[in-house]
Amino acid sequence: MRFGLDYNAALVLQGVSLLGAAAGVIGCFAVLRRRALTGDALAHAALPGLCLAFIILREKSLPALLGGAALSGILGIGVIAGLRRWTRIKEDAAIGIVLSVFTGVGTVLLSVIQSLPGGSRAGLDSFIFGKTAGMIQEDVHLITGLALATLVVVVLAFKEFKLVAFDPGFARVQGWPAFAIDFAMMLLMVVAIVIGLPAAGVLMMAALLVIPGAAARFWTDRLHVLLIVAGFIGMIAGVVGAWLTIVFVKVPTGPAIILTASAIFVFSLLFAPRRGLIARRWQQRQPLQPPPFENL
Amino acid sequence: MNPPILDIHDVTVAYQRKPVLWDIDLTIDEPRLVGIVGPNGAGKSTLIKAILGLVPLVSGSIEIFGKPVHQQRRQIGYVPQRESVDWDFPVSVLDVVLMGTYGRLGWFRRPGAKEKGEAHECLAQVGIEDLARQQIGQLSGGQQQRAFLARALAQQADIYFMDEPFAGVDAATERAIAALLRQLRDDGKTIFVVHHDLRTVPIYFDHVVMLNVRLIASGPTDTTFTDDHLRRTYGGRLAILETIGQAVRDQERTA
Repeated sequence: MRFGLDYNAALVLQGVSLLGAAAGVIGCFAVLRRRALTGDALAHAALPGLCLAFIILREKSLPALLGGAALSGILGIGVIAGLRRWTRIKEDAAIGIVLSVFTGVGTVLLSVIQSLPGGSRAGLDSFIFGKTAGMIQEDVHLITGLALATLVVVVLAFKEFKLVAFDPGFARVQGWPAFAIDFAMMLLMVVAIVIGLPAAGVLMMAALLVIPGAAARFWTDRLHVLLIVAGFIGMIAGVVGAWLTIVFVKVPTGPAIILTASAIFVFSLLFAPRRGLIARRWQQRQPLQPPPFENL
Repeated sequence: MNPPILDIHDVTVAYQRKPVLWDIDLTIDEPRLVGIVGPNGAGKSTLIKAILGLVPLVSGSIEIFGKPVHQQRRQIGYVPQRESVDWDFPVSVLDVVLMGTYGRLGWFRRPGAKEKGEAHECLAQVGIEDLARQQIGQLSGGQQQRAFLARALAQQADIYFMDEPFAGVDAATERAIAALLRQLRDDGKTIFVVHHDLRTVPIYFDHVVMLNVRLIASGPTDTTFTDDHLRRTYGGRLAILETIGQAVRDQERTA
């Protein structure tokens, strides 16, 4: 065990903190638009693209790997949309199919890479559960930069995102390009997921998207507060999770991040005022108040 | 001469090759409170959505104040069906009403004190100003409908489209909405209302559009809302119609 952080470790922590914040914030919109499972499918579907990028380039360049990951992730949600539109398969079944097929293909490709000369040293299997140890500076800068950009766009377009997430039909009547705005939200989700893959892994990434928003919902019913709280929860999960793997070297980063986020979720579920389980149980034991006379 | 308020020309709409609206021609020249009636599947909501550009036209054209709808967005207010949104969404009643001001705010500008003042006024107009800070999930059905109406008022439009604003609301809310619609009409606005309760049509509306995929009739309620047109709109369901006719007459006597 070691507690002191060298420069590289500090940089990694800064990267995952912003990554967690970006995932938590854009994850709120994903949850509100009921795209939590789509996000999960996207993260899983990223694996084959990531592997293919390596097989083609034969080098572990993070921008290329993440580019491949994004493409196959988007292909995955495209397949889900296509199955829904042109067959009688319902969305949950389509997501189940895509999620497992793409992960299966990705796993096969991983073993193909293992057999390639130099492939076993590529360490691509770290993308399954995530790993922050050994990240190089440029990679961390890339992740940090994209996470920051995601946050900036959400802050700028908060009003537009809120409107389209709540009532896209009304937005269109007002003349907003609701499809484009919705697509932008989707694209930011893709970015957040893809930059999270190195640290959190394809299996865990969707949880980092969903759990902060779900936990934050216990604390507030205002959207801007929700985004801020979810951002902080994601940030804490990222930093604590990554720090745990620095201290306990054997633990993969993804599970450490997700366990931290889950702990915050359980705490919120139990102890949040008004919406938490304990507060609600407490309210139920209070004597009934007589209803007001004026009833609209 | 001023262009008509609404001019629908030869409009056909289809879902998956099945026509939902067939060759609709409809013109409204004067500010009116218009009820749109017809059986389930007659295309009432689709007519509103077609006018608003929410569903594609197979053929035909629609103009509002002489211009295509997409050039008249600021003039249009919209009250969608209440079930069309998630009422668990984390926003307050005031937030929802403020969305009515987003159209004139434009990209990236946030509502300020002026917009908030306007939103509070709109809430007062529908009688739920005291609920401004509540989360929308805590509202009753009638209050939700009032919140949607307040949001449409915040659009400061000249022509309003409302999809079943009277559906599933309590009597007090129904009266409040009816009074508000009349107020809007008296202020020179035109309001289109998809409506289900035939008994109240002659009381609420001065113009009626009777629809069953085709346009059956459109005109002043007094002369248009006739047994003959009702029969042609609702088909052979005469037994229902007799009772409705009786109910309408009862309601007219008591009103």
